Amino acid sequence: MHDLDELQLSRRGLMAAGAATAAVSVSPPTAVAQDGPDAPVTAKVAFTVNGEKRSLTLDTRTTLLDALREHLKLTGSKKGCDHGQCGACTVIVEGRRINACLSLAVMHEGDAITTIEGLGSPERLHPLQAAFVKHDGYQCGYCTPGQICSAKAVLDEIKAGVPSHVSADLTAAPKVTEDELRERMSGNICRCGAYSNIIEAIAEVAGGRA
Amino acid sequence: MKAFAYERARSPREAASAAANDPGARFIAGGTNLLDLMKLEIETPRRLIDVNGLGLDEIKPTRDGGLRIGALVRNTDLASDKRVRKDYGVLSRALLAGASGQLRNKATTAGNLLQRTRCPYFYDPNMPCNKRRPGAGCSAIGGFTRSHAVLGASEACIATHPSDMAVALRLLDATVETVRPDGGERTIPIADFHRLPGDTPHVETALARGELITAVTLPRPLGGQHAYHKVRDRASYAFALVSVASVIQKDGSGRVALGGVAHRPWRVEAAEAAMTQGAKAVGETLLAGARTTSQNGFKLTLAERALGAAMAQARA
Amino acid sequence: MKFDTPATTNPIDQLKVVGKPLDRIDGPLKTTGRAPYAYERHDAIENPGYGYVLGAAIAKGRITAMDVSRAKAAPGVLAVVTAETAGKLGKGDNNTAKLLGGPEIEHYHQAVAVVMAQSFEQARAAASLIKVEYERAKGTFDLASAKDGATKPGDGKADTAVGDFETAFAAAPVKLDETYTTPDQAHAMMEPHASIAAWNGDKLTLWTSNQMIAWSTGDVAKTLGLPKENVRLVSPFIGGGFGGKLFVRADAILAALGAKAAGRPVKLALQRPLMFNNTTHRPATIQRIRIGATPDGKITAIGHESWSGDLPGGGPETAVQQTRLLYAGKDRMTKTRLAVLDLPEGNAMRAPGEAPGLMALEVAIDELAEKLRIDPIELRILNDTQVDPEKPERPFSQRQLVECLRTGADKFGWARRSARPSQVRDGRWLVGMGVAAAFRNNMVMKSGARVRLEASGTVTVETDMTDIGTGSYTIIAQTTAEMMGLPIEKVAVRLGDSTFPVSAGSGGQWGANSSTAGVYAACVKLRETVAAKLGLDPKTAEFADGRVKVGNQSLPLVQAAADGPVTVEDFMEFGNLAKTHQQSTFGGHFVEVGVDAFTAEIRVRRMLAVCAAGRILNPKSARSQVIGAMVMGTGAALMEELVVDKRLGFFVNHDLAGYEAPVHADIPHQEVIFLDETDPMSSPMKAKGVGELGICGVGAAVANAIYNATGVRVRDYPVTLDKLLEQMPLMA
Repeated sequence: MHDLDELQLSRRGLMAAGAATAAVSVSPPTAVAQDGPDAPVTAKVAFTVNGEKRSLTLDTRTTLLDALREHLKLTGSKKGCDHGQCGACTVIVEGRRINACLSLAVMHEGDAITTIEGLGSPERLHPLQAAFVKHDGYQCGYCTPGQICSAKAVLDEIKAGVPSHVSADLTAAPKVTEDELRERMSGNICRCGAYSNIIEAIAEVAGGRA
Repeated sequence: MKAFAYERARSPREAASAAANDPGARFIAGGTNLLDLMKLEIETPRRLIDVNGLGLDEIKPTRDGGLRIGALVRNTDLASDKRVRKDYGVLSRALLAGASGQLRNKATTAGNLLQRTRCPYFYDPNMPCNKRRPGAGCSAIGGFTRSHAVLGASEACIATHPSDMAVALRLLDATVETVRPDGGERTIPIADFHRLPGDTPHVETALARGELITAVTLPRPLGGQHAYHKVRDRASYAFALVSVASVIQKDGSGRVALGGVAHRPWRVEAAEAAMTQGAKAVGETLLAGARTTSQNGFKLTLAERALGAAMAQARA
Repeated sequence: MKFDTPATTNPIDQLKVVGKPLDRIDGPLKTTGRAPYAYERHDAIENPGYGYVLGAAIAKGRITAMDVSRAKAAPGVLAVVTAETAGKLGKGDNNTAKLLGGPEIEHYHQAVAVVMAQSFEQARAAASLIKVEYERAKGTFDLASAKDGATKPGDGKADTAVGDFETAFAAAPVKLDETYTTPDQAHAMMEPHASIAAWNGDKLTLWTSNQMIAWSTGDVAKTLGLPKENVRLVSPFIGGGFGGKLFVRADAILAALGAKAAGRPVKLALQRPLMFNNTTHRPATIQRIRIGATPDGKITAIGHESWSGDLPGGGPETAVQQTRLLYAGKDRMTKTRLAVLDLPEGNAMRAPGEAPGLMALEVAIDELAEKLRIDPIELRILNDTQVDPEKPERPFSQRQLVECLRTGADKFGWARRSARPSQVRDGRWLVGMGVAAAFRNNMVMKSGARVRLEASGTVTVETDMTDIGTGSYTIIAQTTAEMMGLPIEKVAVRLGDSTFPVSAGSGGQWGANSSTAGVYAACVKLRETVAAKLGLDPKTAEFADGRVKVGNQSLPLVQAAADGPVTVEDFMEFGNLAKTHQQSTFGGHFVEVGVDAFTAEIRVRRMLAVCAAGRILNPKSARSQVIGAMVMGTGAALMEELVVDKRLGFFVNHDLAGYEAPVHADIPHQEVIFLDETDPMSSPMKAKGVGELGICGVGAAVANAIYNATGVRVRDYPVTLDKLLEQMPLMA
């Protein structure tokens, strides 16, 4: 084993990145320069959102998240990172939770989509929503719809026998434990740090279910 | 994100042929990595061929006692499959250690294999990168390299492959089945599927243009104790610093493969002869030729100790 | 109203509503996705254009050429604004670097252009068509190498000294002299900085996400060259701030410029990968701590020096602050130095100063305890002080640090801790416990509110106070309900609008006490006005159960609004009590960690905080503030670091995958205990801040627990496994 000659490579790397005071040109950040039609391509898509049929004509680039937020004005699903790194956009599609930011709307033809608005309303809270309020499982509220949609799907996943990273025995049916909930909820970041309360809220609902 | 045309493929062969004839075309399945990169214009396809409708989403037993996993089987479904959980625990474990529940619900078997590196310089279009633009230079070298490769890297690229699943597949000697634009099919041993960077780090796999993965096949089960130890700073939803996939038999013999250390899953079959002699002995061959920076040298110690942990676990 | 004598008994002391662990009144909106955040105001703006920001590709230098023609010609594009076309721009009082760069570039990802288009997709695509050529200038990016050139920051408190530290330290029988480093950290709030801008003539409305409405209204006006009264900010819901939204950022200014150029309202959110270098961060520190003590554990000399960096004109991270007040010791000194760095702008993040300062000081105390062979809790208790150690004539208004530590030790099972490190095994885990003191000053800020008794009997409160997740809506409603003798359901709270009276805003953990004190003042006035209207003696009137009573006379409150709503406005301002008495909040953090004996992976197993922070207005939301801060402090201890590329001058890990903040799996069940306390020196509410106390010291408690588990002392945060691995005890 020998060490990579960092110093030498470092000089090379720096030169590549444009040495101090040398003029560098930063072109459009494309991998391969490609000229072509810039005009948006539109496509029709129809799906069901919270039980309601919706038809849209969209730029093919539109994510499911932006279709919900900007076109259908369902802003409960949040854009925290737009790169699948935070979970604030979690919605339930065909019974499964996904990051709506990393899915194209046009790829959801015929799908049944449930967002936070479809789970409950301020007047008629879903049991998870009520438990989040009771246990103060949120602070700023921005990750909250994603947490709740995720929690709903997590309980369904456990019920369906989907194992997790912390399931001790892969071949056994997973149980609703706090460790299982923590692992499964880890794709939903809460920077306010309401985790301890969120787990209590979900555990309470899970307990009531069983 | 550049504007693109979108179409749904009707057959694997048609998809392959369409993609082969159009250099701006890309397949899309789960999209969790491709769309991420398209938003940053690291990927700029002008045509997306949606392969989700091709029906490649079944897991079936093979005649010689293995399993054939359709290219579009979602990571969640593969990890949850009863046969995989029972006979290929390392694969299930590797999948469950990756990403998040939401991402695993979308991500597919083929897409997981084709994930691109998480090197932060690759991810920042302002930074020169030989993967993004061949010949541009590597800005990672000499920069922040804590997560970078310690094995098999080149002066053109020190990126690692981010997949956990691929490490388990490498361990299990899986094969990748493809269909080519001319309709011909071939199988590629997983060992030959991912490439080392060399002078062409932008060429990441053995796939030809237009070639479409249709399935991944697992040989018959190995038995033994399966483990996938993914070491990371955060307890979940993070890429590996180092991961160790292992299958260890009662007599201490077995197999080991590493993730997070190279441009592809890292396995050296010759090292496995020393499995009964402990992690250090295995490490001597497995980690031979390592080249480290001041920031990532710990990966060698870590790999050895994580393997030691797996061995201790298997003995327990 | 002016608060300049200690509070006596007042209606808040009834504690019928205040002090109760009520559910947040904004909970149903937030949990159902109906609370509208800045980017989501479809109710206010029908058909906005979309803005997308292009960030600078270099850290320092200048733009030599810029070609926006392709972007302008791209489909759907409404306008492109750059520094060249934006017109003359000022700079906000609270900004260090310009929010629209060019031709000079001050830091990486400083905004250099904004593209407005019909759709988000079109704006994003067009932004990448802008071609920019730069000339790099040499920059300074490494704090360690810039440290020796660091200078005294301008605010006059750079050096403090009492007695003769050097001599006392040299003479001390037991000495500790160690250096600690903390990295740059990101707020990484979940809601990106976002704004919608709409012009009506030369009047601008911004629906935005901002903690400090009045500061920011002023800074928007100053930046755009408008009279302040022409700018309205609306920010009723804020998806996290942590200090990152104290100030106007590029989203607001560029949305305003973009809307003007496009001739229609524009909405714009900073894209996540841009945020880390474009906005502010908590600056890295290098801290040297020297403590001299007698063999029986009395501190005789304590010195704390801190170095940090910022852009020219910026400020230091005041990491020595707590060391002036936390422990006794006759001879003492602190020193703060500031280096010029060409990294993105450093600024406040949750508990600026104390958060990184205690990460160092409270490890130093742990190290000293070990040298002295004294329990670290006992060492802290031995050196407790009930007066400002720099000015012994100045007592603390309340100081229950000792009680916090003793209570915590008892509840946490501290007695089970092995004083010798690396002694406890649980399977493959090495287990250790750590403790640290929590300390954060309580600041008070002038705060106003308007209250209106409606004909319906509801009381509406309006103040430009913000709720950044802190629970402002709820505690303001509780305060109003208590004062007016109403159930909380009869109070409506409207926040975050610059047309409302100026409040303390959300920052520095001053918000809860100060803003409710302002509401208290307005309610006192409303009580007087209502009583007078009802013909009752305002001095003796009691407000309870929706009625106003004097002696045998009792009238419904709502009767006062019979001929129209009754509206009053007042504010609370604060006199000299904060000068005569040191007001601080205290706590004890207790942490148990497990460290994998093979791989040195670190997992927190148990956490407890015991806090003494005045009256707790709502134990449910206050507890959430504390546990949330403990999570952030755990992140700071274990994983959070904006990694500086010292060649290219930028934070490399600039997204939420690269900048790891804790996830669910990192955080165990957390316990919080509030000691019973009221502080009559703080305000009529007798409350103090608690939102930052929770992060203060917790990182050190984690680090101390790791030491106790492994015997490896890491003084360079974050404490990651690679820093432990080579020194880990050999496993059995």
